[in-house]
Amino acid sequence: MQHVIIIGAGLAGLSAAAALAEKNISCALISLQNSERAQSVLAEGGINAALDTMGEQDSVQYHYEDTLKGGVWLADPNAVRNLTGHAPEIVRWLENLGVPFNMTDSDIMLRNFGGQKKKRTAYARSSTGKIIMTALIDQVRKYEASGLVHRYSHHNFIKLLLENQICSGVRIQNLYTGELLDFKGIVLLCSGGMNGIFPGVTTGTTQNSGDVTATVFRQGVALANLEMLQYHPTTIGISGKRCLVTEAARGEGGRLYIMKQNQKCYFMEEKYPELKNLMPRDVVAREMFFVRREFGGEVFLDMTELPELTWQKKLSDLRQEILHYLHLDPKTNPIPVREGIHYFMGGIDTDEFHRTNIKHLYAAGECSCQYHGANRLGGNSMLGALYGGRKAAETIINSADFISEENINYSGEIPPPASPVLIRNISQILVSGLGIVRNQRSLQTALENLHSLSEQKDYTFYEKNRLLLAEAMLLSALERKESRGAHYREDYPDKNEAFRKTTVSECETESQVRISFRPIPEMRSDT
Amino acid sequence: MITLKLEILRRTSPEDTPVWKCYDYQTPDDTANIASALNDLNQTLENPVRWECSCLQKKCGACAMLINQKPRLACDTSLKEFVKAGTVRIEPLRKFPVIADLIVDRTILFENLKTMKLWFAENAKTNGSQTAYEASRCLQCGCCLEICPNFYAGGDFAGMSAMTLTARLLTALPEAQKKEIFKAYQKHIYEGCGKSLACRKICPAGIEIDQLLVNSNAVAVWKRKFRHEK
Repeated sequence: MQHVIIIGAGLAGLSAAAALAEKNISCALISLQNSERAQSVLAEGGINAALDTMGEQDSVQYHYEDTLKGGVWLADPNAVRNLTGHAPEIVRWLENLGVPFNMTDSDIMLRNFGGQKKKRTAYARSSTGKIIMTALIDQVRKYEASGLVHRYSHHNFIKLLLENQICSGVRIQNLYTGELLDFKGIVLLCSGGMNGIFPGVTTGTTQNSGDVTATVFRQGVALANLEMLQYHPTTIGISGKRCLVTEAARGEGGRLYIMKQNQKCYFMEEKYPELKNLMPRDVVAREMFFVRREFGGEVFLDMTELPELTWQKKLSDLRQEILHYLHLDPKTNPIPVREGIHYFMGGIDTDEFHRTNIKHLYAAGECSCQYHGANRLGGNSMLGALYGGRKAAETIINSADFISEENINYSGEIPPPASPVLIRNISQILVSGLGIVRNQRSLQTALENLHSLSEQKDYTFYEKNRLLLAEAMLLSALERKESRGAHYREDYPDKNEAFRKTTVSECETESQVRISFRPIPEMRSDT
Repeated sequence: MITLKLEILRRTSPEDTPVWKCYDYQTPDDTANIASALNDLNQTLENPVRWECSCLQKKCGACAMLINQKPRLACDTSLKEFVKAGTVRIEPLRKFPVIADLIVDRTILFENLKTMKLWFAENAKTNGSQTAYEASRCLQCGCCLEICPNFYAGGDFAGMSAMTLTARLLTALPEAQKKEIFKAYQKHIYEGCGKSLACRKICPAGIEIDQLLVNSNAVAVWKRKFRHEK
């Protein structure tokens, strides 16, 4: 029997499972497919930690400041203090798990990444996520063999089990046999971002459907900062999705330009002479949108001046990928790039200890809203997932409040999945309202379209969940009448201190969405 | 415009008798692949084809299946290849138990890794080893096992998907684990591999399996040090 039930076996879920196992606490690790299929394997550029191995006098304080500033002061400073403070230890832990990071002669090599003035991003060429996952999966396999981690791959989350608004477990389904199970225990959600709410237009996986977030929202779990969608500046369109071109391409010297009166205009370098092409992602994506609107044509990423050694030792995978999908060699040809939805800063509302508003329910990784504020820095996602999973495990261990654990076979009906047509319709409405540049009119129109879609018929359980989540996203963006990070409002182009608050979405009586704003916690002196 | 007949071997459950079904498919997308075709097709079917996918960019290994009898990833198989023939045959991998349609249960692949105790028992730094990097890229998709003349589910031979993970460990294996891992390697990899190297050609990640195998054999069987890495 397991003490803790983890939903999702990507970086956050594996990190939590390992942290629990280190303390001899068992868990059920539940996922749609094996960890090798998790979205974490797609992470490319690296993981941030102020290791200061490059002689640049980097420090945890700088990492902390860059993260808060990159998130435009919307992240919880206490949580960010802990995240950045533990980052070096996490990267050293990974090194000890045998992750073959790129090395200097004597230590871990670090690269430049967006929104950071110091080299701070540890990496394994341009497949860092995959390489870290392999090591972490090996590590967790050790705990599987010793009986501390019980894997339930090919199992689908159906819903939370709640008793008087306290979480008592989950209902899951074995996708191979159809069998339904009720698992009782403390629940940690590590179910990833809401990519499936925008099928075909994100860089994520099809597994991260957004259904877990939508379902728990309808069940009473508060969500936060849903308007904060990260558009990654450099993606390419491939069949069925957007494919990421890692920020490391610019970190290693790649330059963005657009043709202006038959001349190459390096617009980022002209406008931002200090960080140039490595401004935070929200800024770069927005500038790309504006220059395209002004000059027409595409924005190109020029990597033709990168040294041969960089291609060999640092970006070999990226070159292969571009050759494969675009039939262009980035060594000799600039490649056309566009912004694509890449990361969800918003999600399940958690405090710095990864607790949700429901007792015995925790969340970590991309499904949770933590650490990144209004815009995530490149290199902080894997860090947030690894640290978040570990922090949630630590909170659970310290709560010493384990509830009775048992697994029961459940026999009953479960609702059908949402129809692909409705999923597409919702996505189109959301994309029209939640683009890189937003305004009252487009958001209001999107909301009206969503309402008329909602009224068309009596929808099934999962369909209603999605409609409610979509409404909460649009309302969050409507209510935030300012521009901050990834949320840019043409009608309110400036940042407004009155909105330096967390947007909280709650679902009342399973059908009404309520939006409120909560102040950002003050920095405590003890963190 | 791409126009094709998709022939798919379908069954609703493991017990069901499989039946070939043929679907007409058309797409204006010149870059379309088997994965995008299956996704499109499923939008139109009352009983969608069951298959597993995740990343859609050949980085996760979920969508391994037999395409014109070759084990491949659906997202890495362009439809253009089949336009001339006008048809393509899609069926589940044969070496694993079929669950439904194109879904197979690859549990044995992961169980073998546990049997061989493939993990570091204590801290171990690979120091940026190129071998460890190359080995870490393995998708655990099962294509190499499908093509291998020596692998069968339930046999002693764990195949190249276990060899890759062992190769990573061998770059920094703690002294205390050597005896056990070398023994497991000998039994589950070395003695079963007939060196057909069909795996090298089929690997969707393009992993240099032959090189890893030579290195691993040297360390685990012949007890020699790795060749000096370039």
